Amino acid sequence: MKFRRVFIVAFILCFSSLVFSQDLASFEKRITVKKLANGLTVIICERPEAPVFSFFTHVDAGSVQDPMGKTGLAHMFEHMAFKGTDKIGTRDSEGEKKALQKVEDAYVPYLAERDKRVGRDEQKLKQLEQAWKDAIAEADKFSAPYNNEFGKIVESEGGEGLNAFTNHDETGYTYSFPSNRVELWAYLESERFLHPVMRQFYKERNVVIEERRMRTDSNPIGRLLEQFTTEAFAAHPYHRPTVGWMWDLNSFSATDAQKFFDKYYVASDMVVTVVGDVKAFEAMPVIEKYFSRLPARPSPDEATTTEPPQKSERRVVLHEQSQPIYIEGYHRPDSYSPDDAVYDAITDLMSSGRTSRLYRALVRDKQIASDSAGFSGMPGNKYPHLFAFYAVPIPGHKPQEMADAIHAEIDRLRKDDISDEELRMIKTRSKANLIRSLGSNEGLASNLGLFQARFGDWRELFRSVDRIDKVTKADIRRIANQTFVPDNRTVGIIEFAPPSQPPPEHSIMVPGVQPEGGAQ
Amino acid sequence: MKRALIALFVLVLIGGNVQLWAQAANWKDVPIPPLPAFHPPQPKRIMLPNGMVIFLQEDHELPLVDGVARIRGGGRAVPANKTGLTDIYGEVWRTGGTKSQTGDQLDDYLEQRAAHVETGGGIDSTTISWSCLKGDLDDVFKVFVDLIQNPEFRADKIEIAQKGMYDSISRRNDEPDAIAGREAAKLAYGASSPYARVPEYATVAAVKRQDLIDWHHNYVHPNNIILGVVGDFDSSAMEARLHQAFSSWPKGPAVKDPEVNFTPAKPGNYLVEKTDVNQSNIYLVGLGTTRKNPDYYAISVFNEAFGGGFSSRLFSDIRTTKGLAYSVGGGIGTGWDRPGMLRIVMSTKSQSTVESIQALDEEIADLSPKRPIDDVELKRAKDSILNSFIFRFDSPEKVLQEKMAYEFYGYPLDFLEQYQSAIEKVTKEDVARVAAKYIHRNQMSVLVVGNTSEFDKPLSTLGPVTKIDITIPAPPPGIAGDQDPQQ
Repeated sequence: MKFRRVFIVAFILCFSSLVFSQDLASFEKRITVKKLANGLTVIICERPEAPVFSFFTHVDAGSVQDPMGKTGLAHMFEHMAFKGTDKIGTRDSEGEKKALQKVEDAYVPYLAERDKRVGRDEQKLKQLEQAWKDAIAEADKFSAPYNNEFGKIVESEGGEGLNAFTNHDETGYTYSFPSNRVELWAYLESERFLHPVMRQFYKERNVVIEERRMRTDSNPIGRLLEQFTTEAFAAHPYHRPTVGWMWDLNSFSATDAQKFFDKYYVASDMVVTVVGDVKAFEAMPVIEKYFSRLPARPSPDEATTTEPPQKSERRVVLHEQSQPIYIEGYHRPDSYSPDDAVYDAITDLMSSGRTSRLYRALVRDKQIASDSAGFSGMPGNKYPHLFAFYAVPIPGHKPQEMADAIHAEIDRLRKDDISDEELRMIKTRSKANLIRSLGSNEGLASNLGLFQARFGDWRELFRSVDRIDKVTKADIRRIANQTFVPDNRTVGIIEFAPPSQPPPEHSIMVPGVQPEGGAQ
Repeated sequence: MKRALIALFVLVLIGGNVQLWAQAANWKDVPIPPLPAFHPPQPKRIMLPNGMVIFLQEDHELPLVDGVARIRGGGRAVPANKTGLTDIYGEVWRTGGTKSQTGDQLDDYLEQRAAHVETGGGIDSTTISWSCLKGDLDDVFKVFVDLIQNPEFRADKIEIAQKGMYDSISRRNDEPDAIAGREAAKLAYGASSPYARVPEYATVAAVKRQDLIDWHHNYVHPNNIILGVVGDFDSSAMEARLHQAFSSWPKGPAVKDPEVNFTPAKPGNYLVEKTDVNQSNIYLVGLGTTRKNPDYYAISVFNEAFGGGFSSRLFSDIRTTKGLAYSVGGGIGTGWDRPGMLRIVMSTKSQSTVESIQALDEEIADLSPKRPIDDVELKRAKDSILNSFIFRFDSPEKVLQEKMAYEFYGYPLDFLEQYQSAIEKVTKEDVARVAAKYIHRNQMSVLVVGNTSEFDKPLSTLGPVTKIDITIPAPPPGIAGDQDPQQ
């Protein structure tokens, strides 16, 4: 979600070349970029409004990079990046290292027995599981007194907004500090990726499984979006959920997470952006000193595929004890496409505010929906992805009416030019939204970092101006005709079904954790 | 190497600390220079002769001007049979347009300028705001003033607002966390409390155009308004503009907030059965207090140590050590002018529901005398609040918002400074005292929203269980279309 917003902002970046050049010139003066010897890129943007700064660490690895059978691993590592280092979070690093190795050694035979399809020995499985759990208990003795020490340091030193995210395309880490703690931050953030320790891994795995239950399994829209995305992508890893499938979450190991880190957390695939009350000539040497310690390693091979053209409409219908929802998606090219700005213009036209076409048609005029919009970035945008439309039917209206109303708007887009006024509005809004996006350290850090990482140059953030400014009415019709066609469509629907019908089977059997009886 | 030497030279020249160059091996060795003194610009406070309070906060970083007027009187003053009135008012005030322009015309006019004028309804106030590029201020401010003084509340837009509310009523049992939050408030404040009740089909249908007109007539008077403006403007010019727009507006009757009684539910175990989930939402709830209470500072430190953020006890014990939850936290809630909720909240797999409640019980029981918040926790919590204090006023907009809140709720305008020094003085004993004073497990209610067929043990293991029926009352005839049967 956050990601989508970033890209909407990106597109919105400026229409008037005057504003564009002024802003770019002002940022040119305030931004310093340096590529360190190990390949890591550092951006410093001086914004001395108050004695604070924010940072954004961008890592060019997301759930698309999850190995087969180990979905959720990129996100799992993100959680582990809060677990401290060899110096933070343990009473004895060497002793803990040995104890953690024993956990891994015990996990392998347990997993092998658990996953035997023929001849599994339940007695032996219990023993192996106990041995693994005993090893965990031993290892925990090293870290338990120092639970969350990394987070404790950040928070007690005045850190705000300590958080991170993983999506299909990338992983990001962020917080803000008072400006006298630049060096402390540089130390902590570099240590985090220099000496991560996979401590308390299997408990944190349970935490992540709870996250999956919360966002997906126990939420009807979460269930719909997972099924919908899975259906839409046959070949590309976009069909896998970032949080991971339950089986994989219950299977991958700390060793797998360490391997993922070693392979993908490569200095040359990381961009660290600092925005706030810092002076580049003071801060850059400090940042370089600490981040130069990350080893130079080769960038991993891009091992992915391109989604083949879709040949016929696909459909998922979930019968839920919750109110109906309608969503549909159409394959479109990635965000590097020369037509990216055209899709962004369509997003704005269809979705932005009370003048948007979908609001006016479905909410205001037909009065069949409480909300409707269309947007790119489903589920990511670094690779070819979906442009999706959704509508939320108000009581008494069916998903099919949503489909019909959305298709009527799509037909308009394909057949008729948009008006001069609409085109002007899109471009005016871009300019204003650009300006509105420049007023916070956090927002600037993530935007500058993301564009530097994606395009190799933060200025691309501002250059999208030219692209949006060049979008024509003909472009919008061309893209609509090319993209929004039935064979290229995947539909996702929640239909209401009373709970007394065949009971929904959402509970997932977790290996080794059998639900006990005890219905009241 | 040469580059390092030059940099070192530069640092010495500018008086930088040479120690910067000694790369720290341990975080404790990293030098932390003092934070430079920072005195953020304070907004200018003006009171017009008719009682309207205005705060002007210049911020010239970007060519934008934003304003928001907060008007006394909100949902808590609405009669129960019209619950939802302020939500509809908050939408239709804007969408219903002015006497001279429809809402749709305003949409076009404003969107052509990428500007916003928006209205909203809250529990104790309503708001009207604008946001525009500096160059469009005349155009947009005109709409803002017109909408304050000449709203029309057109009937077609009331209908759209009502349909939207019927939609959210119909969906309110779809997501377990929403059910839990709603029902927990009812347990804490009492089901019919204005702070807990929710709109129903019938109460929304009962709201008529005249109600919105009456509401506006009764509440929107200059002496009930606090207006804050932030952005790229000159204060004296803005002051003149506001004088001209509002000075001739006569005073109206002052708003009298209703007396609200709190009738928390009988302590015990409450259950909402939800068969399409594999995770239980658990709330332990009671009544909290207000920020006017002198205990507020000790409570803030307690909350930070017990249930706030990565450093807290609940996070460490329930999430990190036990792996029972992704989301866990809580504390003694403090409202501005009404008690907050005391709440401890987590979600856990169905199979560890009872185990988790018992784990939370243990956390509460341990607070005294076994494991009170200790010196290390106290220091960490205070450091966390005090070192991050700067983030409460690191932008002109935040400073403005703080001041407006103090003005609205009758707090001293230097409340933030008072807060800082009061936090510094909080002791371990203070923290133990407020924990004992406000957290009484036997006076709290336990709420579980979950799939009982998967629970580790019956909830009744913990004592008698009251089932809460969340069936949505059917709409009156002719309302909300042809309903699908509700659960």
